[in-house]
Amino acid sequence: MRFLQCNTPFATFAVLAVVTQLVLRAAGMEYCLTQLTMALYYALVVLGLCLVTGHAGQVSLGHAAFFAIGGYTSAFLTTHDFGPLPEPAWATGLKQARVLIEHSDLYGGTALSVSPWAAVVVALLLTFVVAHLIGYPALRLKGHYLAMATLGFGLIVSKIVVGTAQLGASDGITGVPEWPLGFGLTVSGRRTLRVENYYIACGLLLLTLVLLRNLIRSRVGRALQAIHDRETAANAMGINTAAYKLGAFVLSALLAALAGVFFTHYTGSISPSEAGALKSVRYLALAAAGGMASLWGVTAMSVILNYLSLRGFFGSYDNAVFGAILILIISLAPEGPLKPLGQWLRHGLNRNHHPRDETTGAPPGASDGAPRIH
Amino acid sequence: MLLQVKNLRSAYGALEVVRGVSLHVSRGEIVGLLGANGAGKTSLLRSLVGLLPPRHGEILMDGRSTLGQPPWRSISNATVLVPEGKMIFADLTVRENLLIGGYHNPDRLLQLDIVLDRFPRLRERARQLGGTLSGGEQQLLALGRALMGRPRLLLLDEPSLGLAPLMVLEVFAEIRKLRELGVTVLLVEQNVTATLQIADRAYVMETGEIILEGDAAELLHNPEVKRAYLGSTGREALL
Repeated sequence: MRFLQCNTPFATFAVLAVVTQLVLRAAGMEYCLTQLTMALYYALVVLGLCLVTGHAGQVSLGHAAFFAIGGYTSAFLTTHDFGPLPEPAWATGLKQARVLIEHSDLYGGTALSVSPWAAVVVALLLTFVVAHLIGYPALRLKGHYLAMATLGFGLIVSKIVVGTAQLGASDGITGVPEWPLGFGLTVSGRRTLRVENYYIACGLLLLTLVLLRNLIRSRVGRALQAIHDRETAANAMGINTAAYKLGAFVLSALLAALAGVFFTHYTGSISPSEAGALKSVRYLALAAAGGMASLWGVTAMSVILNYLSLRGFFGSYDNAVFGAILILIISLAPEGPLKPLGQWLRHGLNRNHHPRDETTGAPPGASDGAPRIH
Repeated sequence: MLLQVKNLRSAYGALEVVRGVSLHVSRGEIVGLLGANGAGKTSLLRSLVGLLPPRHGEILMDGRSTLGQPPWRSISNATVLVPEGKMIFADLTVRENLLIGGYHNPDRLLQLDIVLDRFPRLRERARQLGGTLSGGEQQLLALGRALMGRPRLLLLDEPSLGLAPLMVLEVFAEIRKLRELGVTVLLVEQNVTATLQIADRAYVMETGEIILEGDAAELLHNPEVKRAYLGSTGREALL
């Protein structure tokens, strides 16, 4: 029973995913699945922010850069022609281990590139190192140093990406090969694989949700929440606050990079706009819109809003819409619109049964201002 | 001797706030540390756990130096600081607050039951958010949270701050009862009378130095204590 209760949201997610697909098929609108799949990958990035910002209380303005590092590393390694290689033992070894694979290039010749799986490993390792380099100095300090460090970092990455010819400069990288995952699954933008890829993205998101839910409910999650609340007190309780903040940041950077890798192999290309600072602001706005700390709120909001954005609902005001969302949320509903909405609904339903629940009436910390008697 | 501090000096930048303090706390004692605002009491406590790294001097816990360790390590020496202003995690429930206190204690669920038995008020409110408790309940929660780590030495920073007089009595009664658990207490306070009534010994601090020490009963009737508590400017204002 308890098991069922804990896992209802996950089951709901799975059912909703299947129903959506079936409804779209029945309506003859299966083409919508393409943007929905992309929105699901973006949701991974926002879930990472949910951990760092909502739970550990650190603001990152550089998650688009980690997405780009993942996507660009994978795209570069799988499209760049490293051949013809000399023939010492290590080169043949790499070929035999299928780390390097031959494929035909645009002009029909053969090219030697890194296999998608090996490229993913390199992309994640690179992200791991870079996230430590950014996070280590910034997170040893209290306050919003991470926001500043990641903002600068994001701008640097986006300039590097635009300015480097090998990365396609302002065109980005196209012709990224599909990624055979194994088990007969392939990450690919081919039309025949559209449904399969939609479910791959759903599965990845579900897996991430399970992982994060368990993490948040564990001793680690409590420690992060304590850091978020009062860092000094958490420290006094024996929690190594710097190490926890860094761990949460690196994990979320890895999630962003993983999303970038999948996204790039799915769409077959990556462009510099994915690395832009406005993208980072958008991710933060989505996390805020979902209530920062709520995994489900964040997932729902980022899938829906990103989907609408990808379908062009916001027209040329796209970035402005997300900026406006951020401002509105911060000023009107800092805990996100979903929680007050839920409370309001429950309040309306219960009005006839109970008087107002006094335990939740006072805002948190309200008693801090208790009168001091001396 | 559980805690021995020798000639400790700490500073914020160029401003030295702890100027060569020496003190000791024996096992099972309740020791008061009195003084006016700005005397350096809180800074001294922060130095003891490493939140304000000392510039000079020695801190011996059970004869071993704890100098230079990061603050989150102090708990492994069974020293727990209950910071000023309670520092309750407002967005966590009472139960979660307590579990955080037992972060390094593998038997934290067992200890949780012991602590909740000790503070029935907290058991009643176990599912309530920390921030919704009254000031006095928050202080009890801070105390319970500290006990979750099974400390041998408890450093209490102004537990009476901001509490109604009746609540002060309740909190101090709980502190006195800590003795039964074998917990040693270093109690920083401005409430001189209440402190000297439950303490064995006390030190009086003024501008970063210890100016008086002695048995609590003796200090209770010492005119110097009143002067130090009001501060020298206090006396000048009276003259």
